[in-house]
Amino acid sequence: MKRNDGRKPEDLRELEIEAGVLENATGSARVRMGKTIAVAGVYGPREMFPRRLQKNSQATIQLRYTMAPFSTDERVRPGRSRRSQEISMVAGNALEAAVFTEDFPKATIDIFVDIIQADAGTRTAAINAASVALADAGVPMKDLVCSVAVGKIDGTYVVDLAGKEEDASACDLPIAYMPSMDKLTLLQMDGNITKEDIKKLLELARKACLKINKAQREALKKRWLS
Amino acid sequence: MGELLKKERDFTIPGDKLVESMEYLPGRNCFRDGDGIYAKKLGLVHISGRVLSVIALNGIYMPQRDDMIIGEVTDIQSNGWVVDIGAPYQAYLPLSGVRGYLDPAKNDMSKVYDVGDMIYGKIKMVSSTQSVHISMFDRMCRKFSGGRILNVNPAKVPRIIGKSGSMIDMIKRKTGCRIIVGQNGIVWLEGETHETENFVIDVIETIQKKSHIEGLTNEIEKMLDKRGVKNEKE
Repeated sequence: MKRNDGRKPEDLRELEIEAGVLENATGSARVRMGKTIAVAGVYGPREMFPRRLQKNSQATIQLRYTMAPFSTDERVRPGRSRRSQEISMVAGNALEAAVFTEDFPKATIDIFVDIIQADAGTRTAAINAASVALADAGVPMKDLVCSVAVGKIDGTYVVDLAGKEEDASACDLPIAYMPSMDKLTLLQMDGNITKEDIKKLLELARKACLKINKAQREALKKRWLS
Repeated sequence: MGELLKKERDFTIPGDKLVESMEYLPGRNCFRDGDGIYAKKLGLVHISGRVLSVIALNGIYMPQRDDMIIGEVTDIQSNGWVVDIGAPYQAYLPLSGVRGYLDPAKNDMSKVYDVGDMIYGKIKMVSSTQSVHISMFDRMCRKFSGGRILNVNPAKVPRIIGKSGSMIDMIKRKTGCRIIVGQNGIVWLEGETHETENFVIDVIETIQKKSHIEGLTNEIEKMLDKRGVKNEKE
Protein backbone atom coordinates (compact mmCIF):
# COMPACT_ATOMS: atom_id res chain seq x y z
CA MET A 1 0.00 0.00 0.00
CA LYS A 2 1.21 3.46 -0.80
CA ARG A 3 0.11 6.41 1.28
CA ASN A 4 -1.08 9.86 0.23
CA ASP A 5 2.38 11.33 0.71
CA GLY A 6 4.15 8.38 -0.89
CA ARG A 7 5.44 6.83 2.34
CA LYS A 8 5.55 3.13 3.10
CA PRO A 9 3.19 2.06 5.93
CA GLU A 10 6.02 1.75 8.47
CA ASP A 11 7.74 5.01 7.52
CA LEU A 12 7.81 8.12 9.68
CA ARG A 13 7.24 11.56 8.28
CA GLU A 14 10.26 13.72 7.67
CA LEU A 15 11.68 14.38 11.12
CA GLU A 16 13.71 17.40 12.11
CA ILE A 17 14.77 18.19 15.68
CA GLU A 18 16.73 21.16 16.93
CA ALA A 19 17.67 21.74 20.57
CA GLY A 20 18.33 25.07 22.26
CA VAL A 21 16.08 27.31 20.16
CA LEU A 22 14.83 29.65 22.90
CA GLU A 23 17.35 31.92 24.56
CA ASN A 24 15.61 32.62 27.85
CA ALA A 25 14.41 29.10 28.59
CA THR A 26 16.52 26.70 30.68
CA GLY A 27 16.14 24.22 27.87
CA SER A 28 14.22 24.19 24.60
CA ALA A 29 13.62 22.29 21.39
CA ARG A 30 11.78 22.47 18.11
CA VAL A 31 10.42 19.32 16.48
CA ARG A 32 9.06 19.08 12.98
CA MET A 33 7.23 15.91 11.98
CA GLY A 34 6.10 16.44 8.40
CA LYS A 35 3.90 19.50 8.52
CA THR A 36 3.46 19.46 12.30
CA ILE A 37 5.78 21.81 14.18
CA ALA A 38 6.07 21.97 17.97
CA VAL A 39 8.28 24.29 20.00
CA ALA A 40 8.92 23.41 23.65
CA GLY A 41 10.54 25.46 26.40
CA VAL A 42 11.47 24.21 29.86
CA TYR A 43 11.79 26.60 32.79
CA GLY A 44 13.19 25.49 36.12
CA PRO A 45 13.19 23.52 38.33
CA ARG A 46 12.04 26.68 40.06
CA GLU A 47 10.04 27.74 43.07
CA MET A 48 6.41 26.73 42.91
CA PHE A 49 3.55 29.14 43.43
CA PRO A 50 0.93 29.04 44.87
CA ARG A 51 2.68 27.44 47.84
CA ARG A 52 -0.27 25.22 48.77
CA LEU A 53 0.22 23.26 45.54
CA GLN A 54 3.83 22.37 46.40
CA LYS A 55 4.46 18.69 46.95
CA ASN A 56 6.70 18.05 49.95
CA SER A 57 8.67 15.14 48.62
CA GLN A 58 8.78 15.72 44.87
CA ALA A 59 8.68 18.31 42.12
CA THR A 60 5.54 19.09 40.19
CA ILE A 61 5.60 18.98 36.42
CA GLN A 62 3.34 21.48 34.76
CA LEU A 63 2.97 21.18 31.03
CA ARG A 64 0.99 23.67 29.02
CA TYR A 65 0.08 22.68 25.49
CA THR A 66 -1.31 25.36 23.19
CA MET A 67 -2.12 25.53 19.54
CA ALA A 68 -1.32 28.76 17.77
CA PRO A 69 -4.43 30.42 16.30
CA PHE A 70 -2.90 30.12 12.82
CA SER A 71 -1.79 26.51 13.20
CA THR A 72 -4.70 24.90 11.31
CA ASP A 73 -6.95 25.70 8.35
CA GLU A 74 -9.65 26.86 10.68
CA ARG A 75 -8.61 29.45 13.25
CA VAL A 76 -8.08 28.01 16.74
CA ARG A 77 -9.52 30.14 19.51
CA PRO A 78 -6.56 31.16 21.69
CA GLY A 79 -6.45 30.07 25.30
CA ARG A 80 -7.34 26.90 27.11
CA SER A 81 -9.84 24.51 25.66
CA ARG A 82 -11.13 21.10 26.73
CA ARG A 83 -8.84 19.47 24.21
CA SER A 84 -5.69 21.40 25.13
CA GLN A 85 -6.27 20.75 28.82
CA GLU A 86 -6.52 17.03 28.20
CA ILE A 87 -3.37 16.95 26.08
CA SER A 88 -1.48 19.08 28.62
CA MET A 89 -2.37 16.55 31.29
CA VAL A 90 -1.54 13.36 29.36
CA ALA A 91 1.68 14.76 27.90
CA GLY A 92 2.74 16.03 31.34
CA ASN A 93 2.11 12.61 32.87
CA ALA A 94 3.96 10.86 30.04
CA LEU A 95 7.04 12.96 30.81
CA GLU A 96 6.71 12.89 34.57
CA ALA A 97 7.25 9.13 34.45
CA ALA A 98 10.75 9.77 33.10
CA VAL A 99 11.81 12.65 35.35
CA PHE A 100 13.46 12.18 38.76
CA THR A 101 10.93 14.44 40.47
CA GLU A 102 12.17 13.42 43.93
CA ASP A 103 15.42 15.32 43.29
CA PHE A 104 13.65 18.67 43.58
CA PRO A 105 11.11 18.57 46.40
CA LYS A 106 8.62 21.47 46.48
CA ALA A 107 9.82 22.86 43.16
CA THR A 108 8.11 22.95 39.80
CA ILE A 109 9.33 22.23 36.30
CA ASP A 110 7.32 24.28 33.83
CA ILE A 111 7.11 23.07 30.26
CA PHE A 112 5.45 25.18 27.61
CA VAL A 113 4.70 23.57 24.26
CA ASP A 114 3.36 25.59 21.38
CA ILE A 115 2.08 24.01 18.20
CA ILE A 116 3.03 26.42 15.45
CA GLN A 117 1.66 24.30 12.64
CA ALA A 118 -0.63 21.31 12.95
CA ASP A 119 -1.16 18.39 10.63
CA ALA A 120 -2.17 15.53 12.94
CA GLY A 121 0.02 14.02 15.64
CA THR A 122 0.42 17.22 17.63
CA ARG A 123 0.52 15.50 21.00
CA THR A 124 3.28 13.16 19.87
CA ALA A 125 5.28 16.08 18.46
CA ALA A 126 4.68 17.94 21.72
CA ILE A 127 6.03 15.05 23.81
CA ASN A 128 9.06 14.61 21.54
CA ALA A 129 9.88 18.31 21.75
CA ALA A 130 9.31 18.55 25.51
CA SER A 131 11.49 15.51 26.16
CA VAL A 132 14.43 16.98 24.24
CA ALA A 133 13.88 20.33 25.97
CA LEU A 134 13.97 18.63 29.39
CA ALA A 135 17.25 16.88 28.60
CA ASP A 136 18.61 20.16 27.21
CA ALA A 137 17.69 21.88 30.47
CA GLY A 138 19.77 19.36 32.42
CA VAL A 139 16.80 17.87 34.24
CA PRO A 140 17.68 14.41 35.61
CA MET A 141 15.71 11.80 33.69
CA LYS A 142 15.47 8.02 33.44
CA ASP A 143 15.34 8.18 29.69
CA LEU A 144 14.32 10.33 26.74
CA VAL A 145 10.65 9.92 25.97
CA CYS A 146 9.75 9.43 22.33
CA SER A 147 6.26 9.38 21.02
CA VAL A 148 4.49 8.32 17.84
CA ALA A 149 0.94 7.55 16.70
CA VAL A 150 0.07 4.32 14.93
CA GLY A 151 -3.20 3.31 13.29
CA LYS A 152 -4.99 0.98 10.95
CA ILE A 153 -6.24 2.11 7.55
CA ASP A 154 -8.10 -0.36 5.31
CA GLY A 155 -6.57 -3.30 7.15
CA THR A 156 -3.00 -1.99 6.95
CA TYR A 157 -1.02 -0.94 9.97
CA VAL A 158 0.46 2.52 9.47
CA VAL A 159 2.92 4.60 11.48
CA ASP A 160 2.84 8.35 12.16
CA LEU A 161 -0.56 9.30 10.77
CA ALA A 162 -0.62 12.58 8.90
CA GLY A 163 -3.42 14.94 7.87
CA LYS A 164 -6.33 13.10 6.30
CA GLU A 165 -5.04 9.69 7.33
CA GLU A 166 -6.15 10.33 10.87
CA ASP A 167 -9.75 10.81 9.77
CA ALA A 168 -9.60 7.80 7.43
CA SER A 169 -8.14 5.41 10.00
CA ALA A 170 -10.23 2.87 11.84
CA CYS A 171 -8.19 3.55 14.93
CA ASP A 172 -5.53 5.93 16.15
CA LEU A 173 -3.14 4.89 18.88
CA PRO A 174 -0.69 7.52 20.16
CA ILE A 175 2.00 6.11 22.44
CA ALA A 176 4.98 7.48 24.36
CA TYR A 177 7.86 5.14 25.03
CA MET A 178 11.14 5.07 26.95
CA PRO A 179 13.49 3.00 24.77
CA SER A 180 16.29 2.01 27.14
CA MET A 181 13.88 1.28 29.99
CA ASP A 182 11.51 -0.43 27.54
CA LYS A 183 8.49 1.14 29.18
CA LEU A 184 5.36 2.83 27.86
CA THR A 185 4.38 6.13 29.45
CA LEU A 186 1.37 7.01 27.31
CA LEU A 187 -1.19 4.85 25.59
CA GLN A 188 -4.36 6.34 24.20
CA MET A 189 -6.78 4.93 21.68
CA ASP A 190 -9.44 6.16 19.33
CA GLY A 191 -11.74 3.78 17.46
CA ASN A 192 -12.25 0.06 17.55
CA ILE A 193 -9.63 -2.65 17.17
CA THR A 194 -8.87 -6.13 18.46
CA LYS A 195 -6.32 -7.30 21.00
CA GLU A 196 -4.10 -8.77 18.26
CA ASP A 197 -4.16 -5.46 16.41
CA ILE A 198 -2.95 -3.63 19.48
CA LYS A 199 -0.08 -6.05 19.98
CA LYS A 200 1.05 -5.64 16.37
CA LEU A 201 0.63 -1.87 16.44
CA LEU A 202 2.65 -1.54 19.63
CA GLU A 203 5.49 -3.52 18.11
CA LEU A 204 5.41 -1.22 15.08
CA ALA A 205 5.31 1.88 17.26
CA ARG A 206 8.24 0.64 19.31
CA LYS A 207 10.40 0.39 16.20
CA ALA A 208 9.35 3.86 15.06
CA CYS A 209 10.18 5.27 18.50
CA LEU A 210 13.74 3.96 18.24
CA LYS A 211 14.15 6.03 15.06
CA ILE A 212 12.80 9.11 16.82
CA ASN A 213 15.12 8.47 19.76
CA LYS A 214 18.07 8.46 17.40
CA ALA A 215 17.05 11.83 15.96
CA GLN A 216 16.59 13.27 19.46
CA ARG A 217 20.05 12.14 20.48
CA GLU A 218 21.60 13.62 17.37
CA ALA A 219 19.91 16.94 18.06
CA LEU A 220 21.26 17.09 21.62
CA LYS A 221 24.71 16.04 20.53
CA LYS A 222 24.76 18.77 17.89
CA ARG A 223 23.68 21.38 20.41
CA TRP A 224 26.24 20.54 23.09
CA LEU A 225 29.27 19.26 21.24
CA SER A 226 29.82 21.75 18.42
CA MET B 1 34.05 -7.33 35.60
CA GLY B 2 31.41 -6.21 33.16
CA GLU B 3 32.53 -4.37 30.10
CA LEU B 4 32.13 -0.61 30.04
CA LEU B 5 29.83 0.57 27.26
CA LYS B 6 31.17 4.13 27.37
CA LYS B 7 34.65 5.59 27.53
CA GLU B 8 35.92 8.46 29.66
CA ARG B 9 34.59 11.81 28.37
CA ASP B 10 31.99 10.17 26.11
CA PHE B 11 28.81 12.16 25.55
CA THR B 12 25.79 10.83 27.40
CA ILE B 13 22.08 11.46 27.19
CA PRO B 14 19.60 10.56 29.96
CA GLY B 15 18.96 6.83 29.80
CA ASP B 16 22.29 5.84 28.26
CA LYS B 17 23.54 2.57 29.71
CA LEU B 18 27.10 2.89 31.02
CA VAL B 19 27.69 -0.67 32.19
CA GLU B 20 25.79 -3.88 32.93
CA SER B 21 27.52 -5.10 36.04
CA MET B 22 27.30 -5.02 39.81
CA GLU B 23 31.09 -4.50 39.97
CA TYR B 24 30.66 -0.78 39.33
CA LEU B 25 28.94 1.86 41.45
CA PRO B 26 26.71 4.69 40.26
CA GLY B 27 28.18 8.10 41.13
CA ARG B 28 26.99 11.63 40.50
CA ASN B 29 24.18 11.99 37.93
CA CYS B 30 23.87 8.22 37.49
CA PHE B 31 21.38 5.65 38.70
CA ARG B 32 21.11 1.90 38.94
CA ASP B 33 18.25 -0.08 37.45
CA GLY B 34 18.61 -3.83 37.89
CA ASP B 35 22.20 -4.70 37.03
CA GLY B 36 22.75 -1.73 34.78
CA ILE B 37 24.05 1.75 35.52
CA TYR B 38 22.46 4.53 33.49
CA ALA B 39 23.14 8.22 32.96
CA LYS B 40 20.65 10.58 34.58
CA LYS B 41 21.68 13.75 32.79
CA LEU B 42 23.12 15.08 29.60
CA GLY B 43 26.88 15.25 30.05
CA LEU B 44 30.28 13.62 29.81
CA VAL B 45 31.25 10.31 31.39
CA HIS B 46 33.79 10.34 34.18
CA ILE B 47 35.29 7.10 35.44
CA SER B 48 37.25 6.96 38.66
CA GLY B 49 38.07 3.42 39.66
CA ARG B 50 34.81 1.56 40.17
CA VAL B 51 32.66 4.66 40.35
CA LEU B 52 30.93 5.85 37.18
CA SER B 53 29.61 9.40 37.07
CA VAL B 54 28.41 11.97 34.58
CA ILE B 55 29.65 15.56 34.50
CA ALA B 56 26.54 17.55 33.63
CA LEU B 57 26.73 20.12 30.82
CA ASN B 58 23.69 22.09 31.95
CA GLY B 59 21.44 22.37 34.94
CA ILE B 60 20.28 24.64 37.71
CA TYR B 61 22.08 25.23 40.98
CA MET B 62 21.08 23.06 43.94
CA PRO B 63 22.26 24.53 47.26
CA GLN B 64 24.75 22.51 49.27
CA ARG B 65 26.27 23.17 52.65
CA ASP B 66 29.49 25.22 52.70
CA ASP B 67 29.02 26.52 49.15
CA MET B 68 30.12 30.11 48.62
CA ILE B 69 27.36 31.87 46.71
CA ILE B 70 26.39 35.27 45.38
CA GLY B 71 22.78 36.29 45.88
CA GLU B 72 20.45 39.23 45.63
CA VAL B 73 18.54 40.46 48.69
CA THR B 74 14.88 40.42 47.70
CA ASP B 75 13.09 41.10 50.98
CA ILE B 76 13.66 42.24 54.55
CA GLN B 77 11.80 40.39 57.26
CA SER B 78 11.55 40.90 61.00
CA ASN B 79 14.72 39.00 61.80
CA GLY B 80 16.53 38.39 58.59
CA TRP B 81 16.79 38.85 54.85
CA VAL B 82 15.42 36.80 51.98
CA VAL B 83 18.05 36.15 49.34
CA ASP B 84 17.58 34.95 45.78
CA ILE B 85 20.44 32.57 44.95
CA GLY B 86 19.16 31.27 41.62
CA ALA B 87 18.09 27.93 43.09
CA PRO B 88 14.55 26.50 43.15
CA TYR B 89 14.45 27.51 46.83
CA GLN B 90 14.84 30.94 48.39
CA ALA B 91 17.61 31.38 50.89
CA TYR B 92 17.33 33.09 54.25
CA LEU B 93 19.99 35.16 55.95
CA PRO B 94 19.05 35.37 59.63
CA LEU B 95 20.35 38.10 61.95
CA SER B 96 22.40 35.41 63.67
CA GLY B 97 24.34 35.01 60.45
CA VAL B 98 25.54 38.61 60.47
CA ARG B 99 28.48 39.97 62.41
CA GLY B 100 27.77 42.19 65.40
CA TYR B 101 24.67 42.76 67.49
CA LEU B 102 21.62 44.09 65.69
CA ASP B 103 18.30 44.84 67.31
CA PRO B 104 15.67 44.86 64.58
CA ALA B 105 13.42 47.05 66.76
CA LYS B 106 16.03 49.79 67.11
CA ASN B 107 18.20 49.49 64.02
CA ASP B 108 17.24 49.99 60.40
CA MET B 109 17.98 46.61 58.85
CA SER B 110 18.06 48.10 55.36
CA LYS B 111 21.22 49.97 56.37
CA VAL B 112 22.97 46.61 56.69
CA TYR B 113 21.58 44.92 53.57
CA ASP B 114 18.93 46.60 51.47
CA VAL B 115 16.62 45.09 48.88
CA GLY B 116 18.59 44.80 45.63
CA ASP B 117 22.00 44.45 47.28
CA MET B 118 24.25 41.68 46.01
CA ILE B 119 25.96 39.72 48.74
CA TYR B 120 28.64 37.06 48.86
CA GLY B 121 27.77 34.51 51.51
CA LYS B 122 28.24 30.95 52.61
CA ILE B 123 25.51 28.34 52.81
CA LYS B 124 25.30 27.36 56.44
CA MET B 125 22.53 24.82 56.29
CA VAL B 126 20.17 23.08 53.88
CA SER B 127 17.44 21.31 55.80
CA SER B 128 15.51 18.26 54.70
CA THR B 129 12.54 20.54 54.02
CA GLN B 130 14.74 22.51 51.62
CA SER B 131 15.03 25.62 53.73
CA VAL B 132 18.38 27.23 52.98
CA HIS B 133 20.24 29.36 55.52
CA ILE B 134 23.13 31.67 54.68
CA SER B 135 25.77 33.10 56.97
CA MET B 136 28.16 36.00 56.46
CA PHE B 137 30.76 34.84 58.97
CA ASP B 138 33.29 33.57 56.46
CA ARG B 139 36.40 35.63 55.85
CA MET B 140 35.47 36.50 52.25
CA CYS B 141 31.80 37.32 52.87
CA ARG B 142 30.68 40.84 52.08
CA LYS B 143 28.25 43.11 50.31
CA PHE B 144 29.27 44.23 46.84
CA SER B 145 29.45 47.88 45.96
CA GLY B 146 30.22 48.60 42.35
CA GLY B 147 31.37 46.08 39.79
CA ARG B 148 29.26 44.00 37.50
CA ILE B 149 27.19 40.84 37.82
CA LEU B 150 27.28 38.07 35.24
CA ASN B 151 25.09 35.00 35.14
CA VAL B 152 26.73 31.80 33.99
CA ASN B 153 25.65 28.20 33.69
CA PRO B 154 26.11 26.70 37.21
CA ALA B 155 27.31 23.43 35.67
CA LYS B 156 30.25 25.31 34.13
CA VAL B 157 31.46 26.94 37.38
CA PRO B 158 34.14 24.28 38.07
CA ARG B 159 35.50 24.88 34.55
CA ILE B 160 35.63 28.65 35.03
CA ILE B 161 37.51 28.23 38.30
CA GLY B 162 39.78 25.51 36.90
CA LYS B 163 41.86 22.99 38.81
CA SER B 164 42.48 24.54 42.23
CA GLY B 165 41.66 27.96 40.78
CA SER B 166 44.16 27.87 37.90
CA MET B 167 41.86 29.35 35.26
CA ILE B 168 40.36 32.15 37.33
CA ASP B 169 43.74 33.06 38.84
CA MET B 170 45.18 33.38 35.35
CA ILE B 171 42.38 35.69 34.22
CA LYS B 172 42.76 37.81 37.34
CA ARG B 173 46.53 38.04 36.92
CA LYS B 174 46.50 38.91 33.23
CA THR B 175 43.68 41.44 33.29
CA GLY B 176 44.02 42.92 36.77
CA CYS B 177 40.30 42.41 37.19
CA ARG B 178 38.80 41.45 40.53
CA ILE B 179 36.54 38.44 40.05
CA ILE B 180 34.45 36.39 42.45
CA VAL B 181 32.69 33.29 41.16
CA GLY B 182 29.77 32.04 43.22
CA GLN B 183 29.09 28.30 43.21
CA ASN B 184 25.55 29.15 42.10
CA GLY B 185 26.65 30.52 38.74
CA ILE B 186 26.64 34.21 39.56
CA VAL B 187 29.91 36.03 38.90
CA TRP B 188 30.92 39.43 40.23
CA LEU B 189 33.71 41.32 38.53
CA GLU B 190 35.29 44.72 38.73
CA GLY B 191 38.02 45.97 36.40
CA GLU B 192 39.88 49.21 35.93
CA THR B 193 37.94 50.12 32.79
CA HIS B 194 34.72 49.05 31.14
CA GLU B 195 36.75 47.60 28.28
CA THR B 196 38.61 45.28 30.64
CA GLU B 197 35.31 44.16 32.15
CA ASN B 198 33.83 43.55 28.70
CA PHE B 199 36.88 41.54 27.75
CA VAL B 200 36.68 39.40 30.89
CA ILE B 201 32.99 38.76 30.18
CA ASP B 202 33.96 37.63 26.66
CA VAL B 203 36.59 35.31 28.11
CA ILE B 204 34.14 33.77 30.60
CA GLU B 205 31.58 33.25 27.85
CA THR B 206 34.20 31.54 25.71
CA ILE B 207 35.02 29.20 28.59
CA GLN B 208 31.34 28.35 28.89
CA LYS B 209 30.97 27.64 25.19
CA LYS B 210 34.12 25.53 24.90
CA SER B 211 33.96 23.85 28.29
CA HIS B 212 33.93 20.34 26.80
CA ILE B 213 37.30 20.85 25.06
CA GLU B 214 40.47 19.51 26.67
CA GLY B 215 43.38 21.91 27.11
CA LEU B 216 41.08 24.89 27.40
CA THR B 217 43.39 26.70 29.84
CA ASN B 218 46.07 27.02 27.13
CA GLU B 219 43.55 28.35 24.64
CA ILE B 220 42.31 30.94 27.11
CA GLU B 221 45.89 31.90 27.95
CA LYS B 222 46.49 32.61 24.26
CA MET B 223 43.31 34.70 24.14
CA LEU B 224 44.50 36.72 27.15
CA ASP B 225 48.03 37.16 25.80
CA LYS B 226 46.74 38.33 22.43
CA ARG B 227 44.89 41.15 24.09
CA GLY B 228 47.89 42.03 26.22
CA VAL B 229 49.98 42.61 23.06
CA LYS B 230 47.21 44.67 21.48
CA ASN B 231 47.12 46.93 24.50
CA GLU B 232 50.83 47.70 24.33
CA LYS B 233 50.55 48.80 20.69
CA GLU B 234 47.77 51.26 21.45
